[in-house]
Amino acid sequence: MKTGMGAALRQDSALKHTTGEARFADDMLEPPGLLHAVLALSPVAHGALAPLDLAPARAMPGVVVALGPGDIPGRNDISPSGKARERLFAEEYVEHWGQPLALVVAHTRDEAIAAATALRPEIRPLPPVLELEEALAANSLLMPPMVMQRGDAAAALAAAPIALDGEFRCGGQEHFYLEGQIALAIPGEDGDLTVHSSTQHPTEVQHIAARVLGCDYNRVSVQCRRMGGGFGGKESNASWVGAAAALAARASGRPVKLRLARKADMAATGKRHPFLFRWRAGCDAAGRLLALDATLAADGGSTLDLSGGVVMRAVTHALNACDVPAVRVTGLACKTNTVSNTAFRGFGGPQGVLLMEDVLQAAARATGQSLEAVREHNFAGGPNGDETPYGQHLEGDLIRRVWAEAKLLSAWDARRAEIDAFNASHPTLRRGLGSFVLAFGISFGIVAMNQAGALVSVYTDGSIRLNHGGTEMGQGLFIKVAQVVAEVFGVEVERIRITATSTDEVPNTSPTAASTGSDLNGWAAHVAATAIRARMARAAAALWGLAEEDVAFTDGQVTAGNHSMSFGELAHHCWSQRISLSATGFYKTPDLHWDPVAMKGHPFFYFSYGASVAEVLLDRLTGEHRVLRADMVQDCGRSLNPAIDLGQIEGAFVQGLGWLTCEELWWDAAGRLRTLGPSTYKIPGSRDVPPVFNVKLLEDAPARAETIFRSKAVGEPPLMLATAVWNALRDATGAARLDLPATPERVLRALGGC
Amino acid sequence: MNGCIEFVLNGVTRRLPPGTPPGQTLLEWLRGPEAGLTGTKEGCAEGDCGACTVVAEEPDGRRVPLNACLALLGQMHGRSLRTVEGLRGPGGAPHPVQRAMAEADATQCGFCTPGIVMSAWAHAREGGSVHEALAGNLCRCTGYRPILDAFSRLEDDAAPAPPPAALAGGHFSGTGQEFHLPADLPSLLALRATLPDAWLLAGGTDLGLRVSEHREKPPAILCLSAVPELQHLEAGPEGLRIGAGVTYGRLLPALEGDFAPMAALLRRLGSRQIRGMGTLGGNLGTASPIGDALPPLLALGARIVLASAARGKRVVGADAFFTGYRQTLLAPDEVIIRIDLPRPPQNSVFVCEKLSKRHDQDISTVSATFLLRLEGGRIAEARLAFGGMAATPARAAAAEAALTGAPLAEASFATAVEALARDFTPLSDWRGSAEYRAAGAAGLLRRLYWRAAHPELAMEVHAL
Repeated sequence: MKTGMGAALRQDSALKHTTGEARFADDMLEPPGLLHAVLALSPVAHGALAPLDLAPARAMPGVVVALGPGDIPGRNDISPSGKARERLFAEEYVEHWGQPLALVVAHTRDEAIAAATALRPEIRPLPPVLELEEALAANSLLMPPMVMQRGDAAAALAAAPIALDGEFRCGGQEHFYLEGQIALAIPGEDGDLTVHSSTQHPTEVQHIAARVLGCDYNRVSVQCRRMGGGFGGKESNASWVGAAAALAARASGRPVKLRLARKADMAATGKRHPFLFRWRAGCDAAGRLLALDATLAADGGSTLDLSGGVVMRAVTHALNACDVPAVRVTGLACKTNTVSNTAFRGFGGPQGVLLMEDVLQAAARATGQSLEAVREHNFAGGPNGDETPYGQHLEGDLIRRVWAEAKLLSAWDARRAEIDAFNASHPTLRRGLGSFVLAFGISFGIVAMNQAGALVSVYTDGSIRLNHGGTEMGQGLFIKVAQVVAEVFGVEVERIRITATSTDEVPNTSPTAASTGSDLNGWAAHVAATAIRARMARAAAALWGLAEEDVAFTDGQVTAGNHSMSFGELAHHCWSQRISLSATGFYKTPDLHWDPVAMKGHPFFYFSYGASVAEVLLDRLTGEHRVLRADMVQDCGRSLNPAIDLGQIEGAFVQGLGWLTCEELWWDAAGRLRTLGPSTYKIPGSRDVPPVFNVKLLEDAPARAETIFRSKAVGEPPLMLATAVWNALRDATGAARLDLPATPERVLRALGGC
Repeated sequence: MNGCIEFVLNGVTRRLPPGTPPGQTLLEWLRGPEAGLTGTKEGCAEGDCGACTVVAEEPDGRRVPLNACLALLGQMHGRSLRTVEGLRGPGGAPHPVQRAMAEADATQCGFCTPGIVMSAWAHAREGGSVHEALAGNLCRCTGYRPILDAFSRLEDDAAPAPPPAALAGGHFSGTGQEFHLPADLPSLLALRATLPDAWLLAGGTDLGLRVSEHREKPPAILCLSAVPELQHLEAGPEGLRIGAGVTYGRLLPALEGDFAPMAALLRRLGSRQIRGMGTLGGNLGTASPIGDALPPLLALGARIVLASAARGKRVVGADAFFTGYRQTLLAPDEVIIRIDLPRPPQNSVFVCEKLSKRHDQDISTVSATFLLRLEGGRIAEARLAFGGMAATPARAAAAEAALTGAPLAEASFATAVEALARDFTPLSDWRGSAEYRAAGAAGLLRRLYWRAAHPELAMEVHAL
């Protein structure tokens, strides 16, 4: 069989993408009577808001309804966690520039835009808190601090032979999914609504729409065939967009499309959390770390959203693949008057792992060693401890293996010498080499979210319909899960019809996030398919008078002893014997537990490992730089689909590279975000990809945990491999501090040039 | 004359009903109910992401990718366009480019893909650098490696362009908009005299943004693209005579040779899509302080030919043309006709620089064009023009004075760097702080020394 486990198949819609046939939400045939909705956004970052007069919008041509907080039949609350009040439309106060105030619905989009512009919100300005330092000074926090500790960090710091400290910051990141946020809500009978949403979390769209409408969940059906990119940005943010469209459809009784224009999307939806890091550490003369006390302060923006989970992941990844005996790590979610930050590929992990890099850099400087020597000396496992401060064990052998392979792949030693020679010879250009090694925990931080469902149906011609709770945002989940089902039934993947994610078919799902899509949904589909296969095997065994165990499903045939029939023939036979050919499957990740107060437990099913080496070239006169080469080794266990995994690794690396170098969010003094589109917010282009870009999947490394076919998750981990670029820039500049994103300006500043 | 917009779309002539709004974007029309071609996507509505890329098929066989989000419908009159739907063969078979992209795993979410496919289809014929071909198309999923692989394997399909519609000018009205497409210079000047407030559309990459993103609906648009005099491009021993309506895409080949540094700079201006529409005349008319094409005009001493119906032609120096932030000498009834660009003198060093967060398709933080005339180890003349440092593109008088007559030595440039601090008081914005602009401009001046004194050295990160 060519299309089961481990086959390098293409993304399920690849050819439909290239011909333009693949339909995104905005491409669907528009229902008759469709109205268009536009958000009115706050022009002020912080202020007291008088009740908004919607009459000026209602008086504009083409307007059908204009909706503010007073028009919400249910609750004006879009909080995904339920732990804080987060509003769909501002009431009493505005807390960030670009905050939704109201929704205007008109016959055409331009009429709605004009009407939204006609609103005159009365806002008494209040001073905005824009910087993390200000928020920290004012103790402006969205939740109580999270403290992870082991041993007596203070005592160990005092006793350590060498004292180190540091402070640095990293920036946020706009998701820049190419398809902006969109929802199309269509009213049905009895208050039913169907919402076509570009969402990673259809169930949450359903819940929040129902909460806003004040109706039962069973009245709202949410569908998503595909997204034009998600990256975490369509986890909680798609929910309120969907809820707003649903509200408009309910209020107007007509189908309503809410598509955020790029600028509105960038103004009103959350981004990756910027972080400020402050730390003290102690090491011995050999650079072995003995103690660490660190504060990781995340800029949560104006509301909690998913900041609790983001900070939890940052804190649990602060030591990354290293061991420090005495540790205290404090995670804070600061409240500022910027758009509420949210999930973004890595979910706090990418920020968290920066900490140890800064600490290792300082230890290397203090002890006169290379970063890599100090890194190797502090790896978890081997002579050092392998237990994380929260109580889970890392695999020291895999940490050392990915790093050894990355070093080999990159020809580290030879290039180090070559680069040093170049740097001695050129008047203004400098090359730099950097490394990074990752241990990334896989599972949702909230134990309850680690569950998934699937619905598999076999038809009497042997064709198969597959549905599960996972969503397709380009990452190749649909083809991977289809491969799982193909493997179970011993048929080619073409026999399997991949269908849109729908709250009607599989209820109560988790978001497609935290890299867990194929782990969770692959198992759920496997359970469903296996249940049907068992029934079919029983039927075949009965027909042929053989044992069930002797029945094999391979190459589209079902065989036992000398008997054989096609899969479709057996399906038809089962129907004739009145045997059900449809099954649901359910999976929950085993052995997870977490104590959020003690910050101890077993939050991750397993760890994904990776290592990378990057080389940069920079100009000391201008700060301009580029990546010349990147080499990386990523542990994907036994890959379900190496082509898809390779695409995830390459894409994640480049996205991480953008976050760390060219992607800069810029607010003016009044708190207005001024980087609102690709003309001002620069994601990597093709020339920014390293011209030498070697990616290797770790070989012969089946997952040790009981994952689906011993594969490992791949969505997020490789984004962090781009951290090697930061280290390479620090190598080339020799600077002790280099804040992120390392734009040419920050590099020149680190060099003392401005 | 009140006509209908007519163009060839995917090989079939489309004559739009009278009253079709001529100032709407091509993208809106393509995705709308009349065409129903939703393969072309809106990703940003500002001509930067490329998801809306379509290709203009020129009568000479050239394929010019365009951003449908910036192109106005009236501008398409007489042209031949192809969208992603129009690539498929008889019986709906995918085009080899479409197959190559799919087989290379060059799609993930697929939203950018139709635009990239169209850029690929044009690139297969046009050739050149793969990165230039892709600079106008953003992909957030793949990391581009598989796309670059697919691009490196493309072959031209040798398909001829459809016969052109052979239409010249026109005048289209709809929903309160008048779109004038004059076919000769006297008509243009006469119209300008009566419509001093009409948008003068030289390419539309700037004005198109006001429609696409800001949803403006100008009552009158005066489009320059059908005036033959403005399309004239001529190379002579003295220099180039560049019609104000010549696109960057057409201009670039003429810049090879003496103007090669300027060509390299302009290949970083926008993208192929933008350069397929944008013009030097438009960049001058917009008069942005960060217009990429403008510092070379200042450094080389370009002369700009203006014309009006009432007063005929006049010629002004580029130095005098900019009068303030986005202000020029252009009178309300005047139109830019031509730019005369002198060649850099013998024994000169001609350097064009641009600092930006991203190498391709980014707006300058600072740009600079330097022209040094050398005589026996000394700098006989220095012309140093900067963008992004003041309210207009401007020359650095103090730094020029410091270099003039000085020896070609590192110390001379250190002195010039000190003088440069007196020339400009730059602003801070999202592209860079005032300090970075000053330090970056100084860095470029220091780099000029190495470029002039050690031409054998690779001096910037993309040269290695």
